[in-house]
Amino acid sequence: MKDLLDFSKLDRAQLEGMLETAVVMAGVLERPVKKVPALQGFTVCTAFFENSTRTRLSFELAARRMSADVVTFTAANSSTAKGESLKDTIQTLEAMKIDAFIVRHGASGAAHQVSRWTNAKVVNAGDGRRAHPTQALLDAYTLKQKFGSLEGLEVAIIGDVRHSRVARSNAELLPKLGAKVRLCGPATLLPAELEADGVTVTTDIGEALTGAHAVMALRLQLERMSAGYLPSLEEYRETYQVNAQRMGKARPDAVVLHPGPMNRDLEIESVLADSGRSLVLQQVANGLPVRMAVLYHLLVGKN
Amino acid sequence: MKLRISNATDMHGKSRDVLIENGVIVSSLSAAPDLEIDGAGLLVTPALIDPHAHLRSPGQEEKESLETGLQAAVAGGYGSVVCMPNTAPVIDTPEVVRALLERASQLGLARLLPAAAVTQGQQGKLLSDAAALKAAGAVMLTDDGRTNEDAGLLRRALIYAAALGLVVSVHAEDAGLRGDGVMNEGLVSETLGLPGNPVVAEAARIARDLEIVAATSGRLHVQHLSSARGLELVRGAKAQGVRVTCEVGPHHLTLTDSALESFDAIYKVAPPLRLQSDCDALLQGILDGTIDCIGTDHAPHTAAEKERDLLEAPFGIANIELCFPLLYTRFVHTGKLELTRLVELMTAGPAQLLDLPHPSLEVGAVADVTLFDLSSERRVDPSAFKSKARFGSPWAGEALRGWAVATIVGGRVVYDARA
Ligand SMILES: [Zn+2]
Repeated sequence: MKDLLDFSKLDRAQLEGMLETAVVMAGVLERPVKKVPALQGFTVCTAFFENSTRTRLSFELAARRMSADVVTFTAANSSTAKGESLKDTIQTLEAMKIDAFIVRHGASGAAHQVSRWTNAKVVNAGDGRRAHPTQALLDAYTLKQKFGSLEGLEVAIIGDVRHSRVARSNAELLPKLGAKVRLCGPATLLPAELEADGVTVTTDIGEALTGAHAVMALRLQLERMSAGYLPSLEEYRETYQVNAQRMGKARPDAVVLHPGPMNRDLEIESVLADSGRSLVLQQVANGLPVRMAVLYHLLVGKN
Repeated sequence: MKLRISNATDMHGKSRDVLIENGVIVSSLSAAPDLEIDGAGLLVTPALIDPHAHLRSPGQEEKESLETGLQAAVAGGYGSVVCMPNTAPVIDTPEVVRALLERASQLGLARLLPAAAVTQGQQGKLLSDAAALKAAGAVMLTDDGRTNEDAGLLRRALIYAAALGLVVSVHAEDAGLRGDGVMNEGLVSETLGLPGNPVVAEAARIARDLEIVAATSGRLHVQHLSSARGLELVRGAKAQGVRVTCEVGPHHLTLTDSALESFDAIYKVAPPLRLQSDCDALLQGILDGTIDCIGTDHAPHTAAEKERDLLEAPFGIANIELCFPLLYTRFVHTGKLELTRLVELMTAGPAQLLDLPHPSLEVGAVADVTLFDLSSERRVDPSAFKSKARFGSPWAGEALRGWAVATIVGGRVVYDARA
């Protein structure tokens, strides 16, 4: 496997193999010495053209737990003021003998472009609205931990679907693992085109939550108001907030997910986020073994 | 200079000689020709006219120089090229027009026909000095590169230009509807997560502009149609006698939005590549006469600019060198389109738009003539482009026929592939 850009080229067996490796990695993290030599001698570069400290730290820690050398490139703003193209930036970094790039970028497709321009392995750590595959993998891992299997699970994803790489990646991954995805949000933020095999689209949050095993609230960017997608935060909260009362429609054992960082009491009710139904902190914890597994599969080449 | 082209075949399939003396097509030469071109097996037509190219002069010579742009044009079989005014500075003063024309005449390649900005600096605020621009040699008014957001200003521009006999060309997209779109809005853009630019951005703007021009004495030209709906609106207006013409570019006839699945910014163009059904409709518009001409919208950029991410990379495709071979191979060679119609769209159509004399091979016509080789195939090789945009092409590697063999402008051979 050269890259993890999205899930289009991966089948169920490969995906489940990665999740199984993540279980092994989680075992490593339980040991007193939380480090293995698996990636000794490899150099991993986190190339973050868009800020995301928590995702970057999760990847860097994952690489270090496997003894890789880690270098960090951050450009707060992808419009590299010096006029350097993305290709130039990547090839300059590659000249430093990088084995794998972990790329975060505000533009959809940037990780694909990087992959075209480098011989190093590439992990997409989020590109524009397009994909965030390790986030979806850790969501799948978290759900598997809770329910044993994803087969037959109904997963509702609520919020700004249009601008969400997390929603797109989960809508791509979860059906491959046997789950069904319901995408739900205000009509202006919910492209009907995302309907597919195993993926339904509805603006009715009641319908989306009814009988769901898991409900994922998406982060709402405040700029959606100024861009005219939404009238007000109040109206959004009234109609689409994932809260304890609405969770009454879901299955009694239904869980709540959020990719973080949360706007508490906006897209998700604070008390719900802190309740026993919430797996938000497990998601963060699971990011580590999942990212270790991804790097291991790419660099050591076990499929 | 006396020139004889012998035994060429014209677009009607008739074998003919073309004799040229003093820049004009003549019935007989006064003495032996200085140059003989064996036209056997070659198509001879009036030189092509491009009503829409971005030659990037003045000021953007890193993308294209006037010399490379006009070299690319003649290599594509063009004898005349309209250059768009979205340059640095904008072509909005007689001085800039005159300087461009002077430089082009020194180069002695294709004829340069400058389009001037409708508004000063293309800012959409104040009208530019249209009469002076026309006197200096500007052939049309357009704010292409930008959109005409102020409907009132466009109306006044049409009225003012009408009195001067100038056509106003529009890049018909509504800025609000287009938003931050970088590709066609639809299944592909939503799947790829790239901001979409919906057909309605083009259609709504065309509908508005058709209403405006119908209420004036002006003449409107809709540039680079991309959608079936936009075409349908123009067709309807033409049926009602509205003074409107329209053009289509080679990329909108041959490429679709699924090309963006490669995440290669080479396919980022404005208006965006649409669906196959739009390509089909545009071809239909060519066949039924709704479309008046082919404009390349040749829009070169540097490799570094096109190697940016999909949000930052600029819009545009370099295509002037392969426009005729591409359309010939895809449509005429496959029997979908008559050769005469394709030649009309690339010669008489633009000439009519620009109020130029009817391009012809008849005695007395200006000797702007091109020879094409319809029988042998050659693959598109961007690294051999005359244009500075040599880093790639959507059609790279495609085997095309109909490459220009020689281009003659004013009786002078300005391009000779055999040399
Ligand atoms: Zn334009």
